[in-house]
Amino acid sequence: MSDVTIIGAGVAGLFAAHELASRGVHPRIIDRNGPPGPHGCSWWAGGMLAPQCEGVTAEPVIPRLGAEAAAAWARITPVTRRGTLVLALDRDRSELARFARRADCHETRPVADLEPELSQHREGLFFPTEAHLDPRQALADLVQSLAARGIPIEKGEVGPDDIDGPVIDARGLAAALPGLRGVRGEMVVLHAPDITLSRPVRLLHPRHPLYIVPRAGNIFMLGATQLESAARAPVSARAALELLSAAYALDPRFAEASVLELGADLRPAFADNVPRVVVRGRVLHLNGLFRHGYLMAPALARQAADFLLTRTKGELIHED
Amino acid sequence: MRGFYGVTLPSGLMLGTAQYPSPAVLQAAFADSGASVATVSLRREAGQGQAFWDIIRALGVHVLPNTAGCHSAREAVTTARMAREVFETNWIKLEVIGHADTLQPDPFGLLEAAETLAAEGFEVFPYTTEDQVLAQRLLDAGCRVLMPWGAPIGSGRGLNNPYGLRTLRAAFPDVPMVIDAGLGLPSQAAAAIEMGFDAVLLNTAVAQAGNPAVMARAFGLAVQAGVLARDADPMEPRDMAAPSTPLIGKAWL
Repeated sequence: MSDVTIIGAGVAGLFAAHELASRGVHPRIIDRNGPPGPHGCSWWAGGMLAPQCEGVTAEPVIPRLGAEAAAAWARITPVTRRGTLVLALDRDRSELARFARRADCHETRPVADLEPELSQHREGLFFPTEAHLDPRQALADLVQSLAARGIPIEKGEVGPDDIDGPVIDARGLAAALPGLRGVRGEMVVLHAPDITLSRPVRLLHPRHPLYIVPRAGNIFMLGATQLESAARAPVSARAALELLSAAYALDPRFAEASVLELGADLRPAFADNVPRVVVRGRVLHLNGLFRHGYLMAPALARQAADFLLTRTKGELIHED
Repeated sequence: MRGFYGVTLPSGLMLGTAQYPSPAVLQAAFADSGASVATVSLRREAGQGQAFWDIIRALGVHVLPNTAGCHSAREAVTTARMAREVFETNWIKLEVIGHADTLQPDPFGLLEAAETLAAEGFEVFPYTTEDQVLAQRLLDAGCRVLMPWGAPIGSGRGLNNPYGLRTLRAAFPDVPMVIDAGLGLPSQAAAAIEMGFDAVLLNTAVAQAGNPAVMARAFGLAVQAGVLARDADPMEPRDMAAPSTPLIGKAWL
């Protein structure tokens, strides 16, 4: 017998299940596609836990609550705490100065000290406290941790109205909440056996900003475009060109990499691009994680669990 | 202010809608600046930007769709037709890019597209250089508004060629004109209005500011200042210094 039903097995639903289970609540979790996979936008994430870098453009609540993400994830899945390196090409040095003015907790460091293979770039901004994880590994580890507590991912097409008792609706865009929109993101996965990076690298560029997240086995995730479009079409040639050209500008050796994947999906977002727990009677909607799925899922799950168990209203709670 | 295809705008500030940190910040920038026109790109978000377009419509200002990113007359015309359907307006900011790096207008493609669109009943706002001959050709093609650039798009360099812009303004005293692109600071917007331009259009300077809503407000105030200054009949520059307080009582020779 379950105490609460969670619909949606993306990062928001799975983390909520994990949070509730660790507080002695027994959730049931159902997804129309079963366990996580390429059908969900959590699959296509970068996995950067970079509250300071995101704080340059995001609302202040994102870096504040995102700061708890690395420790929360480290209890579930391997988290690499090697910081973030932010670079700009020589022509765009002013972008780096602007980023430095607007970001907290960073230091200016010679690139050669941090990423020797990128030493053609002179100086970068180093954010030593930031971290990253492998999103697909993280999802698998969440699923496994739930399975160990006797909570399987059930496959089934249901909505909140089909279910009695408390419901957490974490279906993303499928929940069709008012004010929720899709923001398209496109990414590329490369295999570059000659290249080693030990931390995510962000390239500031006036037109084509890029981040590269290293994964095990010389795999690199390049992301991500951000378009105000709900089109689910495959990656556009333009996006692939932009991402690959920016990677090439960062390190010409990326020209020799193998393209393993091109991915595109929609990130659900509210108007302020801040995630919410929308309370509607017995249904809590966990939604709008935008590009901050892995950064914000722990805080969102914690506040949802607090509300469900003690009616504590954290700042992400919105009563409808 | 001169009217734009029969529309008198309450403010000479026009803002783009790209590159903001979030739609909520975009909304704040419009609310705090009193901007009267929102430009929106159809091409980049083509097809399924419905939710975002609803946010633009809800701003409650005039919507000026644009053909940003089009590199040929044919592309621009197709995009304009799509924009008319989506936003139900004949207004179109016509942008035909001639060079990928500088993003400067292609005058030949621009004229060709302007002729086609004007013949189809569009009310064309052509993004052009300060070239007076091209301006005349655009007017001949049916354009009733001109949008000369201040500087290349996104460069924040202000009014690159004040002499050329002044000459253009003087050459067509009845044509409403908007300085479009290249503005980085409110002082540059004020200078454009003082020079006699009816409005300014900008995006990056506001959207990429550390605080977009405050920067938008600064631009709104600068445009107001420019209008007040122009209407107050500013003094001409003089060669000789003229003290504003009398010199009597001091020794002078």
